[in-house]
Amino acid sequence: MSDITQSGPVLAADGTPLKRSLARALRMQKLRALMLIAPLLLFILVTFILPVADMLFRSVENRIVQDTLPQTVEALADWDPASGQLPEEAVFAAMAADLQIAAREKTHTKVAKRLNYENPGVSSVFRKSGRKVSKWNLAADGPFREKLIEIDDGWGDVELWRTIKTYSGSVTSGYFLNAVDMQLGAEGPEIRPENERIYNTMLIRTMRMSLIITFSCILLGYPVAWILANLPARKANLLLILVLLPFWTSLLVRTSAWKILLQQQGVINDTLVWIGLVDDANRLVLINNELGTIIAMTHILLPFMILPMYSVMQTINPSYLRAAKSLGATDWTAFWRVYFPQTVPGIGAGSILVFILAVGYYITPALVGGTKGTFISNLIAYHISTSGNWGLGAALGAILLAVVLLLYWVYDKVVGIDNVKLG
Amino acid sequence: MKLSKLSALAMTTALCAPSAFAEEMANELTLVSWGGAYQTSQHKAYVEPYLAANPDVKVVWDESSAEAVAKIRAMNEAGNVTWDLVDVVASDSMRLCDEGLAEEINHDEDLAAAPDGTPASEDFGDLIVSDCFVPQIVYSTTFGYRTDLIDAPDSVCAIFDTEKYPGKRSLQKRPIDNMEWALYCDGVAKDEIYDVLGTDEGVEQALAKLDTIKDQVVWWTAGAETPQLLADGEVVMGSTFNGRLFSAIAEQGQPIGMLWDMQSFDLDGWIVPAGLPADRKARVMDFLKFATDTQRLADQAAYISYGPARASSAPLVGKHAELGIEMAPHMPTDPANASNVHTYDYEWWADNRDDLDAKFQAWLAK
Repeated sequence: MSDITQSGPVLAADGTPLKRSLARALRMQKLRALMLIAPLLLFILVTFILPVADMLFRSVENRIVQDTLPQTVEALADWDPASGQLPEEAVFAAMAADLQIAAREKTHTKVAKRLNYENPGVSSVFRKSGRKVSKWNLAADGPFREKLIEIDDGWGDVELWRTIKTYSGSVTSGYFLNAVDMQLGAEGPEIRPENERIYNTMLIRTMRMSLIITFSCILLGYPVAWILANLPARKANLLLILVLLPFWTSLLVRTSAWKILLQQQGVINDTLVWIGLVDDANRLVLINNELGTIIAMTHILLPFMILPMYSVMQTINPSYLRAAKSLGATDWTAFWRVYFPQTVPGIGAGSILVFILAVGYYITPALVGGTKGTFISNLIAYHISTSGNWGLGAALGAILLAVVLLLYWVYDKVVGIDNVKLG
Repeated sequence: MKLSKLSALAMTTALCAPSAFAEEMANELTLVSWGGAYQTSQHKAYVEPYLAANPDVKVVWDESSAEAVAKIRAMNEAGNVTWDLVDVVASDSMRLCDEGLAEEINHDEDLAAAPDGTPASEDFGDLIVSDCFVPQIVYSTTFGYRTDLIDAPDSVCAIFDTEKYPGKRSLQKRPIDNMEWALYCDGVAKDEIYDVLGTDEGVEQALAKLDTIKDQVVWWTAGAETPQLLADGEVVMGSTFNGRLFSAIAEQGQPIGMLWDMQSFDLDGWIVPAGLPADRKARVMDFLKFATDTQRLADQAAYISYGPARASSAPLVGKHAELGIEMAPHMPTDPANASNVHTYDYEWWADNRDDLDAKFQAWLAK
């Protein structure tokens, strides 16, 4: 009889406790896996996550004012804009000194451009003054209040000094406030005047139209996916190529094709007039409005809906439907109670894909959307590439990202992300 | 005798090409422009003759002028400027200069004088709107109309007259020009337009005028759109760049007429991005001097109907290179076309563009 006298931990062959040895093996495995994906992770980090983070950071970054006008910002600390009085001579002298340095380094126009976003007109005040101020003798040429106002009477406007003071911090909420149609007024954040409000309208419009596009994709894609899943493999493959074909065509070509089809002198209107359904004088307006964007984007995004639905439907065993019918269900009951619930994960996956892609679209809405069918991304693109207001573009982008993440979270709570299948 | 001949030869060589030996020049040149017929005209008028004289140089074109400001800024931040010479509109040149992204040019020193010795700064005159800008052409944003669908209009205000000229019109999707035309047609005197537009009421007035035709307007963003819309009969009149209309009329024979009334002059020219290495900068400045001399600017007008920016080039403008028609009558600067023009105020727009853009976009979205 050999008693097991040792009651300590189970040991591995090399004498270490089995638990620790297993943990180490597992850790090694994880490390190896991490090393395998490390190149990809690094690539994404460097080319995607860091640039996006850097861009988003611009939505609050505002060092330019205190970097360019350090003495002025300091001198303005004691000034109260609510007094309605111009700052004292010391502030003007500090501004003259700052401007001299800035004009030499050609940064006075940069800071002017930043302040001009908040107060139109600042840009030319700085531009005009820079060159003249650089010729002054700071020690002897005072007082500077009159001299600056003489160059441009913009210096005599309390608003200008208030703008400089308001935006002298190294971070600013100004861009984010602007992105939700607000501004930093004399008494904190306030709503912009009605004729300048636009971003909330655009954000809501983007969400609403993306939802409409997602639903029309479900409506059009479902029957197609069903046919694809129920045809013999050879025919199904042929049809699948037809679904994928537009996928391989340039986005611009497809959008331009819609232009030719939808415009008032286009193919669809011509045909309708020829048949006699539409009067020549009252041709349908199908493009340069919301409808144009919805039609073109539904077409472009349709494959993203069909493919996940198709791959989920393929896995559904047809004998379930037969069983339901043999138990007395009507065609509709069998479909609605037995088949449809099994396809929901496919619809879910397709909807997420289509919705998230739609929210960020800007080329198609720009081409066929006119004024009523453009998205918030069109304004982001405008601020990044045309107006140069990257801070505002970044703030709009950050808000769009946050809204999409929020919707994703809601979606996860309602539908459950585990219920989403790509196949 | 032989010795003196040799030394004379050496002397002349040294005299003729001092700049070539002065510093090392890079042999690759990346030019940025707008593509299309305009870029072709630059290639034929400036680049081909330059390459013939400098066979070692390689020129690469990049068609990115539309987003030049954003890209130059990004390149500058990344510390890797890959462009050597960039074609931009005047307002963009001001912005790039303001932001320190473009090199300041000494126009008299860096550019060729006119054949009669007039220094470049006088030859270009007022068109040098920014210290970094070397103007090439004067173009205009003006109207084209379908000659077969509506009666020929004689005033820009025809765009607001939907009774006499029924049908859609196309306008550029930006406040610039449209706001001015709206005020002009609402009875504001031409020299008071910017004073009125500078007030909130003035902006309201301009937008209210535009409101009267809002549902009849197709808004464009690319210069090619209006000629296409006119050709399809989608619009009966529309604004675009005059060169686009010229090619639709003269080169494609479309039934389109030109309406020059209140055409809005604008400029296009070169800027040199800031921070180029010395050898590349030397090459660019060499090319720039050649490409903006009196003859080269006049040559360009043989390929496209934009007016040369130098006063001394105007008398040298000849016939179209392929069609053989006289180009002078098709220039926006031709006296017959320029009897009533609108001169767009760069300084004013530099100040107010962000503000008016917001109001204009908000109005569009309503």
